[in-house]
Amino acid sequence: MPDLSLLETLVRIAWLAGAVAFVLGLVRMNSPATARNGNLLSAGGMAVAIVATIVFLLFRDNGTGFNAVGWVIIAAGIALGGGLGLYTARTVKMTAMPQLVSLFNAVGGGAAALIAIDDYLGLNATSTLPSLQVSVATVLDIVIGSITFTGSLIASGKLMGLKITPSKPVMIPGGQLVTAALALIVVAGALYLWLGNLSLPVMLVILAAALIFGVTMTLPIGGADMPVVISLLNSFTGTAVAMAGFVLDNVVLIIAGALVGASGAILTKLMADAMNRSVINIMIGGFGGGEGTVAVAGPEGGAVRSIGIDDAAIQLAYAQNVIIVPGYGLAVAQAQHAVRELADQLESRGVNVNYAIHPVAGRMPGHMNVLLAEANVPYPQLREMEDINPEFERADVALVVGANDVTNPAARRSGTPVSGMPILDVDHARSIIVIKRSMGRGYAGIDNELYVNPKTGMLFADAKQGLADLVAAVKAL
Amino acid sequence: MSVELFAALTVFVLAILCGLAVISKVPATLHTPLMSGANSIHGIVLVGSMFIAVEATDPIAQILSFIAVAFATMNVVGGYVVTDRMLLMFRRKPAAAAPAAASSADKPSA
Repeated sequence: MPDLSLLETLVRIAWLAGAVAFVLGLVRMNSPATARNGNLLSAGGMAVAIVATIVFLLFRDNGTGFNAVGWVIIAAGIALGGGLGLYTARTVKMTAMPQLVSLFNAVGGGAAALIAIDDYLGLNATSTLPSLQVSVATVLDIVIGSITFTGSLIASGKLMGLKITPSKPVMIPGGQLVTAALALIVVAGALYLWLGNLSLPVMLVILAAALIFGVTMTLPIGGADMPVVISLLNSFTGTAVAMAGFVLDNVVLIIAGALVGASGAILTKLMADAMNRSVINIMIGGFGGGEGTVAVAGPEGGAVRSIGIDDAAIQLAYAQNVIIVPGYGLAVAQAQHAVRELADQLESRGVNVNYAIHPVAGRMPGHMNVLLAEANVPYPQLREMEDINPEFERADVALVVGANDVTNPAARRSGTPVSGMPILDVDHARSIIVIKRSMGRGYAGIDNELYVNPKTGMLFADAKQGLADLVAAVKAL
Repeated sequence: MSVELFAALTVFVLAILCGLAVISKVPATLHTPLMSGANSIHGIVLVGSMFIAVEATDPIAQILSFIAVAFATMNVVGGYVVTDRMLLMFRRKPAAAAPAAASSADKPSA
């Protein structure tokens, strides 16, 4: 191997420093105390890698001369993309944050795919047959990047509740057949190109099939499963970027892409595990529909006891220990400020308030923490499941707001769709108040045995309205 | 297989193992910020996008590389900023914990 020029040596050192910053940044994101610092370290590494690349491209001598149009493209692209990214990231409401993350993931995957498309067009124009490793990386980059681009856009649209991408699963007649056929086209086209053929039309067919595959893969999946899907697509983008690194022979793309590909895969598995689902089950669209699925009769038939606002307010106001269990419904109703107000009222009366956060509460793991933190709930009051479960026995009231399956005692028995899922031991509390709009089922599609527990009072209301009424009632006491 | 390709494959495999090791230790609370942080890291694709942009000479390549640069920059800038905003939420607020204990005397004796 020939020696590198001084400039290239320096730029490679800068890329290596960037890669080290990414790894150390992720390590520091392990704990809340160092997480922000870790993200800034990672951003610093990114800045170093990008600036070094600009310097390298400006001053390298590769015999082609200065491409002014290329630099205008870079400047305009950075200005446009940077402006849009900065504006949306700073103005987005915290409740809408998951769909923005999905959108950023989409454009990242799109950029990776465009690199491979551009590379292939160059090969095609000069009729250069690529080596096997380049054609493998190019095709994988195009396929994975395109799937992630359209898939993430659909996922983002579903979380926004757009009409064309409804949150509920969309079943296209014969949809699974279409998806399978698209997959077949992609595989056949890839094999054709890998066997040493150079064909622009085949590449375009693969591209189109992969783009449509991203749509048909994501549309049938219910909104509640979107966190897992976004995490999986995030992992895909990482892999696509690593492939772009192989196409361009650029080691920093390979390192960063592989790092994200692996981390996204682990994160996806953790999220799916917490919901007691397998990733494959979710992608095939298992019981995520929430309708027309098995109902499992609990051992205790019992009737549902409904409770009024005033009774609930009295129970809460004169309790010693209250544990609030926030769930998906609270996030949807954007009731985080209302729940914080209620907690303030209770605390001013000397009630000890804690929040029990299930690992998958909200729309993504940790999302509930972010929402409650936004509403200024003190961080020490947010307790993780393992930590708070033993304390339910000492709680006078457990207030469940918009959480369902994660409180279902049926998970402790075998033979139900939620069996084995870790749950919050809400039924161990002395009394339970559940704020819920109706007796509708959670996304597992089964009845919650907690609701027929004699200790449970059901407060039928919208999460936000119910909490506001409770605040008023507690104030009036 | 060339020496360069084998070196790149080695780096690829080791980086995957590195990613697996780093993530398995993170508590669930930080999973969303972490996903967002990892999401920003693949914005490194901006480096590759600039490489193709500076070599783009025909109009199609210029359009493709312009979109790639804009997309990648949006990924980088937006990703880091939104992650930082999320993590800012986790700052301890020292004033918030105290009033609960102080005001417990207000509890009515009814």
